[in-house]
Parts: sequence; C-alpha cells; structure tokens
Amino acid sequence: MEKKFLRDLSLDFPRGELTSLLGPSGCGKTTLLRLIAGFEQPTKGNITIDGFQMDGVEANERPTNMVFQSYAIFPHLNVEENVGYGLKRLNLGKDETARRVDEMLNLVDLDNYNKRPAHALSGGQRQRVALARSLIMKPKVLLLDEPLSSLDKNLREQMQVELRHLQRSVGITFIFVTHDQEEALTMSDRTAVMFEGQIVQIATPQEIYSRPKSKRVASFIGVMNFIEGQLLKDGDQNTTVDAGILGNVKVNPDQMPIPLNSGPVTIGIRPEMLTLLIEDQDRTEFEIGGVILEGAYFGDMTNYTVQVKGLKSPLTISMRNTAGRRVLEDGESARVGWGADSLVILNKS
Amino acid sequence: MKSNKNTLKVFAYSYLIFLYAPVLLLPIFAFNDSTIISFPLNSFTFKWFAGLTQETYLQESLKNSLFVAISTSILSTCLGILASRASSRYEFFGKKSILSFLILPLFLPEIIIGVALLVVLMQLGLPLSLWTVILGHTLVCTPFSIAILNSAFANMDMSLEEASLDLGETRFGTFKRVIFPMVSPGLIASLLIGFTISLDEFIIAFFLTGTETTLPVYIWGQLRFPAKLPGVMALGFLMLLLSLILLLLVEFFRRRMNRTTDDQVNVQFGNLFKHDKKRTRDSKKNHS
Repeated sequence: MEKKFLRDLSLDFPRGELTSLLGPSGCGKTTLLRLIAGFEQPTKGNITIDGFQMDGVEANERPTNMVFQSYAIFPHLNVEENVGYGLKRLNLGKDETARRVDEMLNLVDLDNYNKRPAHALSGGQRQRVALARSLIMKPKVLLLDEPLSSLDKNLREQMQVELRHLQRSVGITFIFVTHDQEEALTMSDRTAVMFEGQIVQIATPQEIYSRPKSKRVASFIGVMNFIEGQLLKDGDQNTTVDAGILGNVKVNPDQMPIPLNSGPVTIGIRPEMLTLLIEDQDRTEFEIGGVILEGAYFGDMTNYTVQVKGLKSPLTISMRNTAGRRVLEDGESARVGWGADSLVILNKS
Repeated sequence: MKSNKNTLKVFAYSYLIFLYAPVLLLPIFAFNDSTIISFPLNSFTFKWFAGLTQETYLQESLKNSLFVAISTSILSTCLGILASRASSRYEFFGKKSILSFLILPLFLPEIIIGVALLVVLMQLGLPLSLWTVILGHTLVCTPFSIAILNSAFANMDMSLEEASLDLGETRFGTFKRVIFPMVSPGLIASLLIGFTISLDEFIIAFFLTGTETTLPVYIWGQLRFPAKLPGVMALGFLMLLLSLILLLLVEFFRRRMNRTTDDQVNVQFGNLFKHDKKRTRDSKKNHS
C-alpha cells in the first residue's frame, strides 16, 4: 500500500469561504480532501462539518461533494443524466429534476447541452459538468481536487475567475486543492500551505505572500531574495536588523511572522520590492550599488539578476516596463533601491 | 523491393488457403448428394440437414452441450468478475502470482487437465456426469473470462465509483448505475466466449462425460460409421456458423466496450485480440 499520512493537523474552514490547500505533490493535500469527503478514514482525530461529527459517516451520507481531478464524468451518460445523477435518489419527479438540471446548466453556462454525450465534451465543458453535478446537490462543502490542472493555460485562467465568481454567488464553502501557487493566490480567501503532511501556514493570500513564516514557504510561493543577517533587539516596538552590507535597518514586529530571538536570521525580500534606480534623481529609503549580470525581458516585466558587492548570491529584481523606462544592459552598473518595510525577517534555517 | 512485397503476398495468401481450405470442405460436402466424402461432387441436396432432425441421440447431445455451455459461461464469467474486480481494485500480497496461476490453464494441454481432473474425481468418488464436464470447462474458460473482464474493470476509472458514492448513491446503486453499464459489454463478451469454447470442446468432455454425451463427443462417435459422415459434415457446418456468429458478437461487444471507456487508461494484460486502430491512437494520446 502507498503511504499516506497527515500529522498534527488541525484547521477550520470558515463557512462560505474559498480555502485552498497548497503544497507540492505528495504533501497530503489530496488525502486531506479525501478524508473530508469520506473516501478515506482517519486513523486518529476527527472531522466535523457544520457541527456534525463525520466519524463513521459514509461518503454517500456526507454533506460534501467533490469535483475530481479527472472530472469523473460518467462516460455512458449524457450531460443531463450526469448532472441529474445525484437527484435520482431524492425522487423529485421528472419535471422538478429537469428544472433543477436546467438551472444548473444555466449557472455553469452550458444551456442546451442537455443531450450532449459525455465523450463529445471538451475539457472545459467536462469541468463545468462536474461542477454542476456537484453543486446541484447543494453541498455544505464543495471539494475540488486540482480541478483546473488539466486545462490549458488560457482556459485555466478564465476558469479561475469563473470559479471564484461562482463560489461567491452560491456562497458554498469551497475547499480547493492545488499545487499552483498563482492559482491559490488568485482564487482563495485563505490559503493553507502544506508540506509533508503538515500545515505550515494558513492565512490570506496577501499575508502568505508578504509575510511567509519560513524560508520554505517563501520560496515555494513566488521568488524571494535571501540575505544573511543578525537580529539586534533594542526595545519592544522597534527591532534593528543588521543586514550586513545593507546596513542596520529598523523593522517592526509585524515583519517577523514568527517571534525570533536575537542572533543570526535570514532576511527575505521579494524581487518586486527592490527597484533599480535608473535616473539620477530617483530616490528610495535605502540604496546600494551593484552590476547587472543579466536581464530577462518578459514584455510587461524585466527580471534582472544583479550582483551587489558584499552579498554571496546575486539579487533578483523585477521591474515593470513602464513608459519611458529603459531596459538596462548586461554589465551596466546600477543602484538598487529598497524600503525598510519590504523586509521579512525569518528563522535562519 | 517490389518482388519482395509480392513474395510476402503469395506467402500470406497461401497461408490463409492452407488454414481455411479444410474448413471450406465442410459446407461443400454438407450439401453433396453422396455418402462418400470425395470429389467429384454429385448433385446439391439438403437431405443431410433434414436427416439431422431424425437423430434422437444427436438432439439429446445437443441439449446436453447447450446446458454445459450455458452453465460454463455463466460460472466462468462469475468467477472472472470476482477475480478481475479484485485485481483492478485492491492491492494484496501475492496478487501477481495468484493472477498468473488463474491464467495458467490457458497454457496447459487440455489432455493433461482432462486426465488430472478424471483422476481427482475418481479419487473423490464423484460420479461422472454433465456437471463434471461443466467443472472441467469452467476451469478452461475462466482464464478467458478473466482476461476479458480484467480489461473491462481496469479501464474503469476508480473515481467514477467514488463520484457516484459522493453524489449520494449507495454501493449497490453504484454497481447498478455505473459499474454494470460500463462493464456490460465485457460481461457479454465473456459469456459468449465461454459459451463458444465450451460448445466445441472435445478432450475434457470426452474424459469427464458420463452416460450423457456432449455434441463433440457424439460427433466423434459417429465418425466410426462411414454412412453417417455426410450428416456429421452438415452438423459441423451448422456449428461452424454458430461459432462464427458468436465470435462476431464477441468482437462487436468488445469494440463497444472500448468505445465507452476510450478516454480511460488502457488494458492491463491479456488483451486477447489485436488492437484496433482507433484504440491504439487513443492510448497514444493518453500517454503523451
């Protein structure tokens, strides 16, 4: 048997919110989803949905519905039969069933697809059918297992917006599993970052991005420059960090997602928090000189790798290509500017 | 290059003629108005077919054969369902070796199976009857059922069952509404192939039959009487037709099974038949 384990895991999913479970593959996020759905049983611990213990409650009795990664559209049934599948046991009668199915198809923008056979659906349409089939059951919790991973990039981005919109309009609690950081950030009210069966941070996307609790979270979500430094406490409100070449910087406690003692720390700074001061009159709170090693042009952005004297590894800096701003050449010397509040102080590990 | 191709063509055609010419003699002599099976042919006749209706032993053995074939196909399909369901859904110790042993009778000479079963039945003191024939045939047919059903069950995505449960359906309801419709072409193919194999199996039936004989055993008995030979030809022709129809049905249902599951992952093992083009293309698409 494959090993599946989650440990010391305790979290609440607020009603009506979209919480995403984000982590690399094999971190246990799908297992957690399957535990909630009732496809797997926990060896220890319990799950409560809307105040009801789910211990010993079979998957078909739970107020949850799942959108599978493969969508699991019944291939021998057409769209209408797929969407109405779960209603059959409720004995609603033909007319009521048809009415609800039409309503759902309308919600997912598949009007008049009723008789379309399952094999004639595109990836995006399958995804909508899977959604409609689950939502028609009016679940308390909708579980989505990487629902967008098999769609191509453009469709995926479109579906992210639609799914978010849909979640707001139906007001159902969504638990969304993904390994795509951008997707988690765009879609969720809250994101839980998982590594090796444990939740390492759960917060709003903004907080996770700007105040990651560890180096690992920081580098899993987006790009982060790391600089070695020393923490020097000097009072309750303000703390000074000796950032080596960057000098001594005052930071406030909010910039330390976990409380730290004096001593060696790692200082993190996002590439877009650094700027290159191109014109002579450009000013920021702090600045330091360096040399452009390489510029990678992305159209709207240019990502520079800049070697700053006194730092072991080069900094990554991303700059928007706004009107009139020129793209710097490799080998050109440059001034790197930054602000004290853009630093995140992390455990040295 | 061209002559090479032609040689291959000649080889292929002569191979086919060698393979099927003897079978073609069957209908020729079945309609020939002469008791001697040799050329030149006499006039065309239906009398050998008409004669079949007079043979009470023949009808008796036909009834026995149908009984054996139907029982065998149902039994081996049931066993096949259990084995292939277990192999496609669960992981357990020794799974691979158990499956190999289940498939093994496919490669054992039937005469060995026949003799071995006879010895065992004698030791157990069980009287030989149609039931012992059914037992032997089930042993031979089950591997075929497993091979067919295995691909039917393995082609089914596990999440389809979970989706059904998730939508509030019970386990039994899930079987009825999802699993059964999806594997039914495989079930029918398995029933038909079991029926066909059992219907014309001779060696095991010959060893294990009691006083009631099956059709092939009856035919073998008839071969001793030269006068009965044209009748046997007529009977053989009818059986050939029946077998062909059944095999075509099997192929039809097998293809339908592949179509209903063509977006799922492909066969595990024991694909008894060649891949059709569509299927190979789909599997390529899936793996890429």
